Amino acid sequence: MGEWSVARRLLLGGAATALMAPRVARTQGAGQSGPIRIGEINSYSSQPAFLQPYRNAWTLAVEQVNAAGGIHGRPLETLHRDDAGKPEDAVRLAGELVNAERVALLAGGFLSNVGLALADFANQNKRLFVASEPLTDAIVWGRGNAYTFRLRASTYMQCAMLVEEAAKLPVKRWATVAPNYEYGQSAVRWFKELLTRAKPDVSFVAEQFPALGRIDAGATVQALAAANPEAIFNVTFAADLTNFVRQGATRGLFERRRVVSLLTGEPEYLDPLQDEAPEGWIVTGYPWEQINTPEHSAFREAYRRRFNDYPRLGSVVGYDTVMAIAAMLKKTRAVETEPMVAAMKGLQFPSVFGPVEFRALDHQSTMGAYVGRTVLRNGRGTMADWRYADGKNYLPPDDVVRTLRPQG
Amino acid sequence: MASGLTVIFGVSRIVNFAHGSLYMLGAYLAWTLVTSLPRGHLGFWGGVLGAALAVGVIGLVVEMLLLRRIYRAPELFQLLATFGVVLVVQDLALLTWGAQDLLGPRAPGLRGSVEILGLRFPLYELFLIVVGPVVLGLLLLLFHRTRWGTLVRAATQDREMVGALGVNQRMLFTSVFFLGSVLAGLGGALQLPRESVNLHMDLAIITEAFVVVVVGGLGSLSGAALAALLIGELHAFGILVFPKITLVLVFLVMAVVLVVRPHGLRGKPQPAAHGVAAAEPMIGAAPPALKLAGAVALLLAVALPPFLGDYALTVLTEIAICILFAASLHLIMGPGGMASFGHAAYFGLGAYGAALAATWLGVPMLGGLAMAPVLAGIFGVVFGWFCVRLSGVYSAMLTLAFAQIAWSVAFQWVELTGGDNGILGVWPDGWAAPKLAYYYLALALCLGGTLLLRRVVHAPFGYALRAQRDSALRAEAIGIDAFRIRWWGFTLAAIAAGVAGGLFAYGKGSVFPTYLAIPRSVDALLMVLLGGVQTLSGPIVGAIAYAGLQERLMRLLEYWRLVLGAVIILLVLFFPQGLAGAARFFWERRHGDA
Amino acid sequence: MATLEVEGIQKSFGGVQAVRGVSFAVEPGEMLALIGPNGAGKSTCFNMLNGQLRPDAGRVRLQGRDITGLKPREVWRLGVGRTFQITATFGSMTVRENVQMALLSHHRRLGQLWRPVARMDAAEADALLARLGMAGQAGRPCGILAYGDLKRVELAIALANQPALLLMDEPTAGMAPQERVSLMALTAGIARERGIAVLFTEHDMDVVFSHADRILVLDRGALIAEGAPQAVRNDPRVREVYLGSGATSGH
Repeated sequence: MGEWSVARRLLLGGAATALMAPRVARTQGAGQSGPIRIGEINSYSSQPAFLQPYRNAWTLAVEQVNAAGGIHGRPLETLHRDDAGKPEDAVRLAGELVNAERVALLAGGFLSNVGLALADFANQNKRLFVASEPLTDAIVWGRGNAYTFRLRASTYMQCAMLVEEAAKLPVKRWATVAPNYEYGQSAVRWFKELLTRAKPDVSFVAEQFPALGRIDAGATVQALAAANPEAIFNVTFAADLTNFVRQGATRGLFERRRVVSLLTGEPEYLDPLQDEAPEGWIVTGYPWEQINTPEHSAFREAYRRRFNDYPRLGSVVGYDTVMAIAAMLKKTRAVETEPMVAAMKGLQFPSVFGPVEFRALDHQSTMGAYVGRTVLRNGRGTMADWRYADGKNYLPPDDVVRTLRPQG
Repeated sequence: MASGLTVIFGVSRIVNFAHGSLYMLGAYLAWTLVTSLPRGHLGFWGGVLGAALAVGVIGLVVEMLLLRRIYRAPELFQLLATFGVVLVVQDLALLTWGAQDLLGPRAPGLRGSVEILGLRFPLYELFLIVVGPVVLGLLLLLFHRTRWGTLVRAATQDREMVGALGVNQRMLFTSVFFLGSVLAGLGGALQLPRESVNLHMDLAIITEAFVVVVVGGLGSLSGAALAALLIGELHAFGILVFPKITLVLVFLVMAVVLVVRPHGLRGKPQPAAHGVAAAEPMIGAAPPALKLAGAVALLLAVALPPFLGDYALTVLTEIAICILFAASLHLIMGPGGMASFGHAAYFGLGAYGAALAATWLGVPMLGGLAMAPVLAGIFGVVFGWFCVRLSGVYSAMLTLAFAQIAWSVAFQWVELTGGDNGILGVWPDGWAAPKLAYYYLALALCLGGTLLLRRVVHAPFGYALRAQRDSALRAEAIGIDAFRIRWWGFTLAAIAAGVAGGLFAYGKGSVFPTYLAIPRSVDALLMVLLGGVQTLSGPIVGAIAYAGLQERLMRLLEYWRLVLGAVIILLVLFFPQGLAGAARFFWERRHGDA
Repeated sequence: MATLEVEGIQKSFGGVQAVRGVSFAVEPGEMLALIGPNGAGKSTCFNMLNGQLRPDAGRVRLQGRDITGLKPREVWRLGVGRTFQITATFGSMTVRENVQMALLSHHRRLGQLWRPVARMDAAEADALLARLGMAGQAGRPCGILAYGDLKRVELAIALANQPALLLMDEPTAGMAPQERVSLMALTAGIARERGIAVLFTEHDMDVVFSHADRILVLDRGALIAEGAPQAVRNDPRVREVYLGSGATSGH
């Protein structure tokens, strides 16, 4: 039995030295010279479809910032880590990035629970965490903390944008379908609450909560049809959405019914549907080929040149996360947590979608989303009659926000 | 609305993880073939059949290169190998087809729908409803009317007998595997017009297929059909009555079926193993060399950390926790002789016990850590009572069902557990907050727990566990109450896992439903199998190797699953006794037979 | 009082009557052989005595106490040891540990979690093994033992229970003729010395006639003869059954 113990010793010892090495070599990383290191954690292996475009744009943004001379002469450097969709791994990797790699701040997160785990880690360890993708309201409200900021328009904001349109529809009987986890549940909750407030005579006649990623689309469609609603609020996305749309279309669920749908206008979700993309749904999304503001055109061209592909919404999020961090670093005197947090509060920067501010009140950015109608053009789905809904108009009044967020 | 596909899938009863991968490959290959062949009937149906056959060939290759070499290894080890295949295939699919969901064309001629009783049914669904029974019928014919079918049925009853009759078992098993692969591929390919093809298909289908096979009764074609129908119906109705219950419905059904009918709906009790199973090696006192090595490792584990960085300490803490978790599972699997696919339940319950105590009762860390084994132990007693009554795969599947039920409660009881957003802010008290202090705490508890378990294995109770595993007949004849011994063994393992879970919760600062989910159970299983079931040091070595390997790979490589899968496959091929078993083998060869 | 009293036990499997109304008794220190051709119902009969099978009718009494329908482990607790036709031992343990398990169970110490087995009842186990001529094999794993030796281990396990009754199903099957005689002589010695009632089945008629005090003959589930060896040997029905079935002594 001698062999394995030797192996174990080697493994332990080897791991130990390997783990120690970065610490010795890189303690100066957070100092006042050399690159500024950003630790970025995301669920790359479990959500590759959304995170590859995100990471591409991240790389592009870092290259642009560095080409323009970096931050006060210091280049940005990113260390990407894959949490495989597990919050517990994300926390470990955060520890690695902070303790062993000496990164100046943390960023990333796609799944809400990973985002929350990282936010809690940031709070406990007093590090800045710029959450890019996670949509959950809890990250800035119910479980918001002093060290966490979030870029993307939250579940609440996107629901509020859709409710504005939904309230204009001449329908009263609504049904909802949402994936059975926090995002789906809170989207339905907000939608109901806000729509009832805007239009008290609506009723909700059916609710479906298929398991995330495992929708039994046929049964779900039948159950919705059985309740005979006039309109449907959909929160499913990705593979669930594809299957739902296919089954719904063949079974005639969407005929003579209005559909309001969260995120469906994003190319991530619309493109896989090809020529089967539904028409006339009211959605939030990103009509990338039609937005011709100077800042967006520049971004789209740069992305196309660099990757020979068109940007997805994830690309915008990745790009703007870097740009926000760069703007914050330019504003702060020292690359240390407290000054950086102070700089993040109320930070204004020009995003691809237009000017955005990280509200000091709740650390939520005012980045908006595009609201419009889905149409088929040239055999693929896109958005028509869209407008940019600026996030700052779709947040609750400040005094309400204060009650939502732990103060102090 | 029973999906005919589940039937197709359920019948191929080779229980392995890789079946899900073959199913996924079927869908991907069908997408490639159908979209590149000319549109029309020939292109579509040709593509579907071509994909099924191609998957059959892939299955054949896997069988010949890998599984054939390990038929004599313990059953669970084969499972480990197939899990390696799953990991490899996932990354290969990602490399080949990219990350985006792929939507295939609909079936030509079956795009529309017909109206039945005021409801519209898609033609394609109706087609599948026909295909399911037809394939089932063909299979029944094949199994009952041909010489080949008779041989296969005979072989599942009694391998040695068929071998004695001069039948080429190799060819027989290979051909069965080919057929099973074709069916899996066909199942995947036929999904093309219904669903998008994505990288999550494999694991999504495999649990469902396991459930169908087990609920129906292992090896019973008609049982599988019945179970598929039952579960399909329940889905359709359950969704109307309890829209939120779909997450666990199948597992609830499985738990009920297994509790009421321990061998599934149509299954018969498995025939007792023929002759004497290969004698399990003994568990003796550790040889001096091992004791020395253990002492050195322990010394290093105690003396080195003050010189390490915080991150290294976090990793070592996690490894210590993994060791206890793996050792607790090993108690059931090794000496106990029971497999558990749901051991994460007790780990997770421990974590939740600690987190709930911390957030709702506001108890300090030590109180939370004390709550962890209590909660895990309570559920170990309750779940264990049901699980240990069954044997083999049925028992393992029931542990899985309970784990899934526990998971869904954690997932859906948002008011108490925070749902998938978890419970945050479960950080250690001030004195244990430094990583070093927490490491020593974890090390003390985990090593203490592991040594305690080791002690138990050497004590009469552990011997009694082994006794009922070695020979149930003899154990009963000398007054050992096998049920009670297994039950307490299960509970003890649950308690130890609970301790590990509680430590994990405070180490991470948060608790999520993923702690109780299937992947974590699989992790534990892999650690134990990797290290070797038959040696006491196995789970320790396995935990260190697996946790260390994954940590390194995930950090350094983009396609870490590919590498991890390949490493697992190689280990299975070359060290079928696990790492510790292999080390023992080399040591004994060098030092002569002791 | 007889150690074991059996009254009219019956068992049928799917309409086939395997045992039909068998009654007999075994006295302390007595060696009682149960013989009969293959399929006569000997094993079924045996399995009803220690609780592995539940009789359809009839009673089994151990030292006056009704044990009908008790589980095997409960029967063991009341002082019955048994060996199996096909040996059943714990393959992952040594010979000594196998005997220790029986001793620990007898002393009701199986639930202990702390003290290592290695230090419990080892001397007692070794003494028992020495008595059966297995002292040299004590440290060897049961998994690699010769079949004859396994039979001895089973006997040691059964004796560890300090039994009042010993049930031995084909105790010498698979042994060399020399070994058979010595094992049965040893068994008979221990039985007489400790007053253990022994009921055994056996194919080897030499063993039966040289060691049994009394013999029961079973045919097609019913007792056809009972008595001292000499009487049974001369019983015409017994001769008919054995000659008719083609079996002779000493095969």
